[in-house]
Amino acid sequence: MLRLNLLLIAALVISAVSMVSSQHRSRALHTELERELTRMRVLETEWGQLQIEQGALAAHARISDLAETKLRMRAPDPNRIIVIDSTEAGQ
Amino acid sequence: MKFAHNPLLAELLPAWRARLMLIVMMALFGGLVARAFWLQVVNDEFYQRKGEERFSRVLPTPASRGRVLDRNEQVLAMSTQVSAIVAESRPTRSDAKANPKDIGAEKLSPAQIRQLAELLGMDHREIARKIPENRGRSYLKRQVQPEIAKQILALKLPGIRAEPEYRRYYPHGEVSAHVVGFTGMDDNGLEGIELAMNRPLTGQVGQRRVITDARRNVVEDIEVLAPPRDGGDVRLAIDARLQFLVHSKLKQAVTDHKARAGSAVVLDTRTGEVLALANWPTYNPNNRDQLSGPPLRNRAFTDTYEPGSTIKPIIAAMALESGRYTFDTPVDCAGKLFFGRASIGDAHSHGTLSLAEVIQKSSNVGVAKIAGTFKPSDMWHVYDQMGFGSPLRLGFPGEAGGRLRPAASWKPVEQATMSYGHGMSVTLMQMARAYMVFARDGDLIPLSLTRVDAPQVNGMQVFSAQTAREVRRMLEMAAGPGGTAPKAQIPGYRVAGKTGTAHKLEGGAYANKYIASFVGFAPVSDPRYIVAVMIDEPSNGVHYGGQVAAPVFSDIMNATLRATGVPPDAPVPVLQMAKNSVTGKEGW
Repeated sequence: MLRLNLLLIAALVISAVSMVSSQHRSRALHTELERELTRMRVLETEWGQLQIEQGALAAHARISDLAETKLRMRAPDPNRIIVIDSTEAGQ
Repeated sequence: MKFAHNPLLAELLPAWRARLMLIVMMALFGGLVARAFWLQVVNDEFYQRKGEERFSRVLPTPASRGRVLDRNEQVLAMSTQVSAIVAESRPTRSDAKANPKDIGAEKLSPAQIRQLAELLGMDHREIARKIPENRGRSYLKRQVQPEIAKQILALKLPGIRAEPEYRRYYPHGEVSAHVVGFTGMDDNGLEGIELAMNRPLTGQVGQRRVITDARRNVVEDIEVLAPPRDGGDVRLAIDARLQFLVHSKLKQAVTDHKARAGSAVVLDTRTGEVLALANWPTYNPNNRDQLSGPPLRNRAFTDTYEPGSTIKPIIAAMALESGRYTFDTPVDCAGKLFFGRASIGDAHSHGTLSLAEVIQKSSNVGVAKIAGTFKPSDMWHVYDQMGFGSPLRLGFPGEAGGRLRPAASWKPVEQATMSYGHGMSVTLMQMARAYMVFARDGDLIPLSLTRVDAPQVNGMQVFSAQTAREVRRMLEMAAGPGGTAPKAQIPGYRVAGKTGTAHKLEGGAYANKYIASFVGFAPVSDPRYIVAVMIDEPSNGVHYGGQVAAPVFSDIMNATLRATGVPPDAPVPVLQMAKNSVTGKEGW
């Protein structure tokens, strides 16, 4: 009878302690999850800004300006374009 | 003396008293157990909830507005998180009682305010004015970049917080401003697609209940009250490349001709998609200070004008359809037509022209004579079928329908003027769509601002395929040598189209101001694109559609055909060119 009681008390103490520790771990994990979610939002914001930056850098107005002024490119005159027949192109 | 013989102790108390005390104590314990049972088991929620209320808070879960993309997934509009800087003041208390953690923005020192002003790029007096005096909060500045907000928070100023909010960016700026539109401070659509598609774009902010610790860190999620839902992306039919080409060519033309305004649209004849839509003047949607006034108007949709001669091919198609005219039927176009005191004439009098030549030379007399052979109700019916007089209902805000009066009220002279596009009004978008009939085989398909992946096979048949093909030939003549718009030609491609030059109505009378327009399509052998151009009040010497609008059409169509890789359908003098490039007379 006494042995059983001691066993039960030991089981109770172990269960109580593990309950506390698991609660603690759950909170710690939750805080970590929360931190990661915040990081995700920050990264999302950054990604959005990068997309916008890319959009602005790749804007056709900028590209055509750079092509004309910096690279001195221009569209060829229509009468300087030679059309090659696709059936002859392979030969 | 024997204590055991204390007479007081010898006196025995009655046994019932001890028993009574036991019962009373048991009853009290019983009461406690019952109370504990009540609190812990039966009514356990009450205090649990009370406890949670001490630590639990409802937090919003942010949701962003969807993006607006072009047909190739280029970003035209997008939201990104920024911060609003808020100043909060606390109720004033005596300094002795004040908790250092509990002071608000009213306690900011002038030096701190100056620091804040420098980071926000504002005047420090303005900030001092905005800080609420007692128990209140106000925005110091909204839409602050995240890096700046971080620096401000790092100062740890009392009562200064950053709240998340969204800001909309338009990487293409003014180029696609009229199509995309813009949003207000609270991320709600105010113009354009942003307004038309506000519902699918808008995200739903979520709510969740959490438990926080003393430092306000979230330690446990209790429940999700409402899940956040990000707004959906909207994929437009617009092609950002073409849009830029159209925008820059239009801008050039309006500046060159010292015009008041202009619009241009590009349609895909297979799908009915609006590939590009540009207006000048335009605005930069990223700059909130300029969002007012005439530049905001999307003229291609909201402004009506008298279409002038661009409407004539419809009369020619009716003539062919009636069976009374063929491609070559002669029409006497000499002199003037009289209706009472009113008369209709041509700028240069023509003799007898064939039906095709009436369109090629754009004779008012000829087309009015042909129109006179139809009943007004028949003519009205065709115009109505072509979509004039009622809005296209693409869901675009402020779309105009134009004016087409009921046939019963038409006088003969009005029927005559309406045959060459006066006495009625249309939008450029309606006009461009009407040409679907000629670019396709006589059927009219609905337009779409969003991307369509499958070609539209069956539209509403207005004219027979045979009629459409013949009108196409007439329109090719009009854009060729001897027509009104040889300047519409593009080397390497067969183009077809019609000019329009209309006097502007001002206060009920025709003024000496013009609207020059051109609507056409290419390549004629298998039309792929319709381009419509309208230039309002060209005032640099020339004002005819053939001189002002046709070259713009040619530029836009040329760029569109080459950008999309449509194979040329007209013979190009290859040999001569090869020689040129070999001898290299002109530097590349």
